[in-house]
Amino acid sequence: MPKLSRVNDFVVKFANVNGSGSASANTLFAKSILRMGVPVSPRNIFPSNIQGLPTWYEVRVSEQGWLGRRGGVDLMVAMNAQTWDADVAEVESGGFLFYDSTRAVPTSKLRGDVTALGMPLTALCNERYKDARQRQVFKNIIYVGALTELLGIERDTVAKLIGEQYKGKEKLLQPNLDSLDLGREWARANLPRPFELKVERRDAVKDRIFVDGNSAAALGAVYGGASVCAWYPITPSSSLAEAFQRYCNKHRTNADGTKRFAIIQAEDELASIGMVIGAAWNGARAFTATSGPGISLMQEFLGLAFFAEIPSVIFDVQRGGPSTGMPTRTQQSDVISCAYASHGDTKHVLLFPEDPKECFDMGAAAFDLADRLQTPVFVLLDLDIGMNDRLCAPFAWDDAQRMDRGKVLGAKELDEGRAFGRYRDVDGDGIAVRTLPGTHASRGSFFTRGTTKDRDAKYSEAGPDYIENMTRLQRKFETAARLVPQPVVQRSKEPTTIGVLYYGSTSPAMNEAIELLAAEGLHLDAMRVRAFPFHHAVPDFVASHETVFLVEQNRDAQLKLLLTHECQIDPARVISVLHYDGTPITARFIVKAIRERCGAAVRAGAGAGKGSGHGKVSR
Amino acid sequence: MTWIARPKFHHASLAKNEAGCTRRDYEGAISTLCAGCGHDSISAAIVQAFYELSIPPHRVAKLSGIGCSSKTPTYFLGASHGFNSVHGRMPSVLTGANMANRDLIYLGVSGDGDSASIGFGQFAHSIRRGVDMIYIVENNGVYGLTKGQRSATADEGSMLKKGDVNTDKPIDMVSMAIKLGASFVARSFSGDKEQLVPLLKAAIEHRGAAFLDVISPCVAFNNHAGSTKSYDWVREHNEAVNQLDVMEDHEEIVLQQAPGTVEEISTPDGTTLRLRKLAQDFDPTDKAGALDFLERHGAKGELVTGLLFVDRAPKDMHQHLGTVSTPLNVLGEAELCPGSKTLAAINASLR
Repeated sequence: MPKLSRVNDFVVKFANVNGSGSASANTLFAKSILRMGVPVSPRNIFPSNIQGLPTWYEVRVSEQGWLGRRGGVDLMVAMNAQTWDADVAEVESGGFLFYDSTRAVPTSKLRGDVTALGMPLTALCNERYKDARQRQVFKNIIYVGALTELLGIERDTVAKLIGEQYKGKEKLLQPNLDSLDLGREWARANLPRPFELKVERRDAVKDRIFVDGNSAAALGAVYGGASVCAWYPITPSSSLAEAFQRYCNKHRTNADGTKRFAIIQAEDELASIGMVIGAAWNGARAFTATSGPGISLMQEFLGLAFFAEIPSVIFDVQRGGPSTGMPTRTQQSDVISCAYASHGDTKHVLLFPEDPKECFDMGAAAFDLADRLQTPVFVLLDLDIGMNDRLCAPFAWDDAQRMDRGKVLGAKELDEGRAFGRYRDVDGDGIAVRTLPGTHASRGSFFTRGTTKDRDAKYSEAGPDYIENMTRLQRKFETAARLVPQPVVQRSKEPTTIGVLYYGSTSPAMNEAIELLAAEGLHLDAMRVRAFPFHHAVPDFVASHETVFLVEQNRDAQLKLLLTHECQIDPARVISVLHYDGTPITARFIVKAIRERCGAAVRAGAGAGKGSGHGKVSR
Repeated sequence: MTWIARPKFHHASLAKNEAGCTRRDYEGAISTLCAGCGHDSISAAIVQAFYELSIPPHRVAKLSGIGCSSKTPTYFLGASHGFNSVHGRMPSVLTGANMANRDLIYLGVSGDGDSASIGFGQFAHSIRRGVDMIYIVENNGVYGLTKGQRSATADEGSMLKKGDVNTDKPIDMVSMAIKLGASFVARSFSGDKEQLVPLLKAAIEHRGAAFLDVISPCVAFNNHAGSTKSYDWVREHNEAVNQLDVMEDHEEIVLQQAPGTVEEISTPDGTTLRLRKLAQDFDPTDKAGALDFLERHGAKGELVTGLLFVDRAPKDMHQHLGTVSTPLNVLGEAELCPGSKTLAAINASLR
């Protein structure tokens, strides 16, 4: 079996035990490759557990910059006996297996087509360290040392990162550097050189930053002017609220210690959204961060916010189903429950960020949209972008930018005699004017309630009043379609009749799939949907392509359901590509699914000579 | 309900308070509750309390959940913003509103269904957090708006109109509030304005979580023989521990001849509460003593009313959170957005 031989293009996967301190060592490994100027995309695959269960860290190295999960493993770092068999089985043929050889592993547990690289890690560690905790922690650094040496990652690059990590804790610096060198020296003396997988210095990272989507969204909320946050801990969204707290402590605290923000960890998700609604009703920019189960709990309140027209922002970091519902796995499965959240005829604005940069941008823009539209705005992240570090364009902010607080009448306008009717469509865009509590002694007060009201917010159960309100809300939703981020189109290099729609965290895998398919002669126009309600460009895109795929990470084709229903499209016009096993979607998966559908037609086209890009598909 | 609307205009000679408002300025829309409903008496007491304290109505935000009691904010303080939220969730909406603007007075109106059943959790946690508010439970022991179902404050052994006897233990809202850390806890009776108005005024002046349980008979579904929340029952079993005068800026507002001893409690905002003690062994600053008193008298079937507990130095949510004195809802870009230079530094730290 020929060994794989690759430079700056391979996948390393670490199989560890949760709570063993491997996370920081593995991150160090990934970052050291970034500092070599080579893009990486790491992913944590972790259990709902604090200590003891298996956990994996998968690092894709890609000089070309593919940041989606590739699938398959070229170098497995097998540090967990519990998962040994499955880990060994996952290695690509011709790949490599790095393991702790302190205790001999029987040949039957290895593979003939996979090169085994044994390192007596435990023995080396026990020899050097006496303390049990040190043995555990430094073992991780020792294998990072060995691997970086093996792959050709410069020692100084790794050492510099360790230095940054232990800045201010110099006592810990030297022991870590010693462990690193112990690993490197052992590898130099004992592992095969040159090694077939190599990291070579490049300048492919440029000015990009490396950050997780939850932190980015939280920072977006800081820049967007959110001053109230109410939340309830739930994986995978907790780190968003925690990052908001961290950024606010640093950037919104006065010299005397007083804070220009308020955060409450509420008793549950009902209270979280209730506080957000109360704060937003009272004129502060407010948000909550949650996941699917939290969205379910918030349903009644979300309807109230919709009908009472209260600007509110909800970050939903999506995961699997209820209770013990794959909390540590990724999915795009809350699209429908967010779009139509609550009872009554409700429809909500959804935003779909593709990466941390867009989490930041949309995290800030969501507050302008909510204020402008006076309605809840959902930012739909998922675990894959929320909790993994991702390489993305640096955050940018224009200091001239001002918050759009929407149509709010102040004391001055009321004094000037501006007429006020809370639910009157004064501008024809369906958006009425609101006032904030405490504004004026005698003008502009009103009573907020659900739908039993007339255009002046007086109590009314009359049918015509209800209908007037509901049709205005429909008009407002049409306005929303014009204000939300527009879809992004990527035209194929060759003319094609095939189009593909996708959204959110599917982006990196899709980008790669488009290129892989093009190399096979299958050309696709691609449209990345960035928001609901849909801009007319989305149904136009479907209409202008003979074959249309919609790639999503859920079982029930939720965005297809929304699209075909809302835009009155024949569902047979849209072919779903669905990935929903809880792992992030891969380019390989998309390529296979689309190739299976289009392959025959394309081959026929290619056989005819010219125009291999004109994919024809029969269904 | 009352069908005769009173005209909006009023006589020029109508007395004005220090805020330049007449009593009429504190009224709201016409009540749509049943004639004789205890809740309407509470609304009237609220009108009187805010009028007498000369608080500009628009500086009050009134919030409620769902139920008969939660309808009442429409019937007072017409110039205030109001929010009729969802069932049992007034406390969270009020908490959020307070987070956004600490300068307004927050009046939360709820009922026993709204607060003791569906909203029990939110009641508890808003009290725990020390939200600066007046939280009133208009307690009639029955679900009115859905026509007569039993509530969680109904006493064990009390009878529903249709004859069912309650076998579940009742939730005593004032004991709960004291345990949960409310810094002002009182109970009163909708039919006793002389007791209720001063208690409301003291609660309004209190800077912290003030909780008032007001027994308010439901004339439609819980005012029959066998009910323990009927007008007759409450009048017969009321055990008032004290009567309250509230002195603002050391100038007495309510002055009445009173028997018994008088104790003054100063609060940090300059208000003085004068307690005319009826029960000699009752000290409203003694938390454990108050709970014990409630337990002992409750066991005898007595309904203890009056100021039950007050913390002389209350702390509110904003003190816990350490928020700036300026309301968060008026902060602009300069205070909220760290700007592009800071962002460049953050970018640099992420490479």
